[in-house]
Amino acid sequence: MYERHILICAGTGCISSGTISVKDALENELKKHNLQDKVRIILSGCHGFCEKGPIFIVYPEDIFYCEVQAEDVPELVEEYLIKGNVVERLLYKDPTTDMAITSHDEIPFYSRQKRQVLRNCGVIDPESIDEYIIRGGYVGLENALKMDRMGIINEVKSSGLRGRGGAGFPTGMKWEFAYRSPGDKKYVVCNADEGDPGAFMDRSVLEGDPHAVLEGLIIAGLAIGSDEAYIYVRAEYPLAIQRLKTAITQAEEYGVLGENILNSGANFKINIKEGAGAFVCGEETALLASIEGERGMPRPRPPFPAVKGLWEKPTCINNVETLANIPLILRKGAAWYSTVGTESSKGTKIFALTGKVNNTGLCEVPMGISLREIVFDIGGGIRDGKKYKAVQIGGPSGGCIPEDLLDLPVDFDSLTAAGAMMGSGGMVVMDEDTCMVDLARYFLSFTQSESCGKCTPCREGTKRMLEILQRITKGKGEPEDIPRLEQLAAAVKDSSLCGLGQTAPNPVLTTLRYFRDEYEAHIFDRRCPAGVCKELLSYYIDSELCTGCRACVRVCPTDAISGERKEPHTIDETKCISCGACFDRCRFDAVKTK
Amino acid sequence: MIGSNTTETHPVIGYRIKMAKNKGASLIVADPRRIDLVDYADVFLQLRPGTNEALLNGIIHVIIKEGLADKKFIREKTEGYIQMSLAIQKYTPEYVERITGVSAAKIRHAARLYAGAESAAILYTMGLTQHIKGTNSVLAVANLAMVSGNIGKPHSGVNPLRGQNNVQGACDMGALPNVLTGYQRVEDRGVLSKFRRAWGTKLNSKPGLTVTEIIDGILRDEIKTLYVMGENPALSDANLHHVLEALEKIDFLVVQDIFLTETAFYADVVLPAAAFAEKQGTFTNTERRVQMVRQAVTPPGKAKPDWFILQELAAKLNLNWSFDTPEKIFREIASVTPDYAGITYERLEKEGGLQWPCPTEKHPGTSYLHKGKFSRGKGLFTPVEYRPSAEEPDEQYPLILTTGRTLFHYHTGTMTRRSDSIDVHKPEEMVQISIDDAARLGINEGDMVGVTSRRGHVTARATVTEQVPAGVVFMTFHFHEAAANLLTINEVDPVAKIPEFKVCAVKVEKIEA
Amino acid sequence: MISLTINGQKVEVEPGTTILQAAEKLGVFIPSFCYDPDLTLVGACRMCVVEVERARNLIASCCTPAGEGMVVHTDTERVHEARRANLNLLLANHPLDCLTCEKTGNCRLQDYCYLYGISETDFSGERKDYGFDDSNPFFIRDMNKCILCGLCVRTCHEINGVGAVGFMNRGFDTKVSAAFDDPLEDSPCVFCGMCVDVCPVGALVPKQSVGKGRPWELATVKTVCPYCGTGCGLELSVKDNEIVGVKGDTSSPVNRGQTCVKGRFGLGFLQSPERLTSPLIRKNGELVESSWEEALNLVAQKLRRTRSTELAGLASARATNEENYLFQKLLRTLGTNNIDHCARL
Repeated sequence: MYERHILICAGTGCISSGTISVKDALENELKKHNLQDKVRIILSGCHGFCEKGPIFIVYPEDIFYCEVQAEDVPELVEEYLIKGNVVERLLYKDPTTDMAITSHDEIPFYSRQKRQVLRNCGVIDPESIDEYIIRGGYVGLENALKMDRMGIINEVKSSGLRGRGGAGFPTGMKWEFAYRSPGDKKYVVCNADEGDPGAFMDRSVLEGDPHAVLEGLIIAGLAIGSDEAYIYVRAEYPLAIQRLKTAITQAEEYGVLGENILNSGANFKINIKEGAGAFVCGEETALLASIEGERGMPRPRPPFPAVKGLWEKPTCINNVETLANIPLILRKGAAWYSTVGTESSKGTKIFALTGKVNNTGLCEVPMGISLREIVFDIGGGIRDGKKYKAVQIGGPSGGCIPEDLLDLPVDFDSLTAAGAMMGSGGMVVMDEDTCMVDLARYFLSFTQSESCGKCTPCREGTKRMLEILQRITKGKGEPEDIPRLEQLAAAVKDSSLCGLGQTAPNPVLTTLRYFRDEYEAHIFDRRCPAGVCKELLSYYIDSELCTGCRACVRVCPTDAISGERKEPHTIDETKCISCGACFDRCRFDAVKTK
Repeated sequence: MIGSNTTETHPVIGYRIKMAKNKGASLIVADPRRIDLVDYADVFLQLRPGTNEALLNGIIHVIIKEGLADKKFIREKTEGYIQMSLAIQKYTPEYVERITGVSAAKIRHAARLYAGAESAAILYTMGLTQHIKGTNSVLAVANLAMVSGNIGKPHSGVNPLRGQNNVQGACDMGALPNVLTGYQRVEDRGVLSKFRRAWGTKLNSKPGLTVTEIIDGILRDEIKTLYVMGENPALSDANLHHVLEALEKIDFLVVQDIFLTETAFYADVVLPAAAFAEKQGTFTNTERRVQMVRQAVTPPGKAKPDWFILQELAAKLNLNWSFDTPEKIFREIASVTPDYAGITYERLEKEGGLQWPCPTEKHPGTSYLHKGKFSRGKGLFTPVEYRPSAEEPDEQYPLILTTGRTLFHYHTGTMTRRSDSIDVHKPEEMVQISIDDAARLGINEGDMVGVTSRRGHVTARATVTEQVPAGVVFMTFHFHEAAANLLTINEVDPVAKIPEFKVCAVKVEKIEA
Repeated sequence: MISLTINGQKVEVEPGTTILQAAEKLGVFIPSFCYDPDLTLVGACRMCVVEVERARNLIASCCTPAGEGMVVHTDTERVHEARRANLNLLLANHPLDCLTCEKTGNCRLQDYCYLYGISETDFSGERKDYGFDDSNPFFIRDMNKCILCGLCVRTCHEINGVGAVGFMNRGFDTKVSAAFDDPLEDSPCVFCGMCVDVCPVGALVPKQSVGKGRPWELATVKTVCPYCGTGCGLELSVKDNEIVGVKGDTSSPVNRGQTCVKGRFGLGFLQSPERLTSPLIRKNGELVESSWEEALNLVAQKLRRTRSTELAGLASARATNEENYLFQKLLRTLGTNNIDHCARL
């Protein structure tokens, strides 16, 4: 019997922060102290708190150590495992109170979350089907096998689950369409082509709890009458692919996948298709084209995939997070499931919280929670005491939410009404140092380079919008650029072929809606209020701080700085090209921007 | 598809095959070469050159043996089935495999696919017919179509793809030694008297000579005067040395053409003709569709349309002809040809093409033949036995030469070789040789090679390709610089008199630079 | 039958009919670049967008089936605004060299810009700058003029089947190209020319037509191809007694506009300097020019003097029915059946 279990997070984030060397060091130390039979090491899936990785939790006491490195291991073994003294320097410290917290339940990042879909992530060994089963895995499948197809579909319908991939289409209805489409062969497809920059919830679920996704897929197959599935996962997720492959093998060995599932007579086969990481392949018809071996370009709908999908057969496509919700619904029932959430958005949603907050990482929250709670409670507020400016939700297809909408409940409909969208759950927090024009420019450059090139408004329209934004951030904006942008954005949104083009203008439209003054400052005052757009900065020297060391004079390429030695210098604005060399060079912080 | 490299010789029909395939049709390709359509085929039967009829017999054998034959069709619409089925008994797939090199399993697969289809069409071209047993192969195709009831209904039948724009029309018009227009036999007294009356002249009831017989006749001093209108036997016919000798020898040769062809070099009189876009008239295509040919430009210099020249000549011969327009000629054609009787220029202008038989002016034309019953009454099964080609490879001439066309050129190249863009793109012959043979003979892509048969020798560049199997080389007959027909054998089919262009024995040697 | 309303007019159509086809039935014009009923419907160019009541976005009418009770507007400001924006965007990335462009007068981009009164683009910025591909002797590829409607790509894949061209790159850099962006000459292209015929702009131009005349100067003559036995309908463009262009005849039931390299690009022989322009008679072993009178007299004299059994004639699978008929009639009238042609070759 083991006396203790140590979970070391082996999500992609923690692995890159050093999990493997920590594990090796721990094995060595345990051997050295002859503890290898008393302490079991488990490499778990992602805990979501990637910023503080590698995460190292000791059970049964539930001591949460973070940012543990290999060199910390001897001390942890010696001091804690042997002597029982908590190593305080490796505990999490609340950024607001600076108090060390021992148990992970008490960390605000976790305490405000509702980890349903992520219930197993970071808790079980994702390469062990037994651990999944012990925590209720495949019970949902067993229940589903006792139901008829419409029974399963009705259960999902009444749970109120909506697709977590972006548009929030009711999952049960999607299943029903595919179920009602006539066809001798049907497919289920799991969309694991997580393409939003900064979003990684699907990867974490695949890495941390792959069986939940498989179980969801199998149940979807049962419901619509399909015997074959594809998981379309980007090739940049090697760990997720490896864990999926392991999980598929195990599931087949345990008879929950393959021929004659649990003696029910039903068969189900799951294939993995690695995608080459094109953002547009997250769009379902482009994804299907890519599975078929074609260039990933969207196709017009109708026909919808539910009628004519993969190889022209009825196909049901769900995203990873959606599918990971399914086992819960079938295990605990639609009634239980729908207790969480709002009227129109049930259950939880996982967000990848990044940007200028203190706590970055994955968080799963009940639908309807306010943005403020996510940013300030879970996220621990803005870094370095700066001021909150906006949060970008939904990645490049989403929009930004300003401060006065912070109390907006997070659900599908409120976000759409605010001009953003749930998207797959990327959430980038911005502070006063973020230029909103530059932000829009960044997202447009992403969507433009990821546009498949098929339809004119998206291919050409995003290019011209990008060029206008580039012009504005370079201080060359024209007064007509704002109406021009608005007109073009409306046309691209209204007439593009697929979701990529239809949502690409959102970052521009929301920044224009909430931060129009920043655009105007760029265009009319030739000024970047956030001090980001280099070409728009003007430099001056604070005469109080300047020591007259002449260092800046030597680096100025245009001889714009003058002044006597040991006397405060000045910058001639007519000569200055805003290159920033003086700013970088000054050791006394005397060069300022305005 | 048998013996037809459709995507190159009939590209637009090739598109249709591929489109049908994409729509879910099944495709069987039988060819010695790995032609482009093989990529689309459900079954590829790569047979040895000269074994078509054995392969077809093998397929028929399987259809009968496995009970896939259309018994009702055979009983009601055909005769001669018993004799044919007796002859077919020995053609088991295993026996046929030994002859053709095609595995018994593939033969069975093809038979099931063909006979199992709701409707199935057989398309063939010269790969089937240009053999000394070409007629037998066509009969075998007919046997196959009848045994499975695939004739006389839409999307089925036996479909020879005609190689030239108006080869169908030339045959329809009686440019053949044994028949007048619409295949009315010259020996038939009724026919002859009808034409005597219509033309107001005496007519000969004895069938004449075919091309190959005419050439032989010249060499035997039996033919003294030859009038060639728009043909180039000096490049197109088998065993060219033989042909050239005859052209050299003939007393008087008239050549009427648009170019000074290889044949015209031998002429005593050359008459300049108008090309297709310089005159009016009709062509009849491979589906028997008569279509209007319209004048776009005037002929160069003193060139005149062939019909005009013939009318002028008739005048010189004091014949009482008065054809001043092509339409007038067509009216006469319709008046003596029952299959064309209902076709007029007016209808062709109004309705587009018309497919014959079109016996009356109200008749809409006929999109497929033998509907309801066979034209001859009952469809006749004919037993067909396999026999080897005239010249099989041996130690001295170890390779089989098979000839044909490519996409970019046409026939003897008279037109394509003189169309700049095409000749720039594909300026020369490329002898296709297999990877195995090339390796054995030390031949690399683009090397000059000599190809020699018992009859002649040519040099050309080689292309090393997977298209031909080991033991086979392929050449076209488009290029006078490397005229494949200097090599081919002038053995002909006893019935159709078609030469064996598809099989002769050759050797290939690399020519050191 | 499905009944819907377009611009206030009711129309009944078969299930599966697209909105665009339903509009055609009413005589309502909808512009499009990428639509071709013989090819897969892709909805790429977005010129055909229309407003459908209760739909969130504008709908591509070319690929959206008409639905029962649908209320469609093709003539609203929202629709026109989208189309104008579309044209504006295309023009921002398209050379404005209409004065010398081969396609002038026959260019859909030009037509629609005319229709919507767009003479210049609102957008300055980067333009495509690709080289010219004139590697092959048949046609020029100027990808700077390409509007990426994809008709050539679909024609090449779906009708010809060789699939020599496809799309490469993404976003603004998307381009139609052969594999690895090789010149077409080095690709599997068989130069059937069907891509040239479907190109709505001046991106694909047959070399034979360059500088040879504007569309309104050309006469069109429908005829039948002189090559293989398929009997494809061709449309010849004629100016000043010269054939300056060839296209497949879309009204022909045989080829429905399809062509191969020979019919499409192989008619140069008509203008070959090697054409025979005068009768020739062999004198002292040399063929020398003569008059028709002299040549025909000589032939007539020889024919009269040859015994019918010693006379033979070869007719032509290339000549017309009328000519073959007269030829065999002539020989048979002269008493011989020694008539054949190269049907067996």
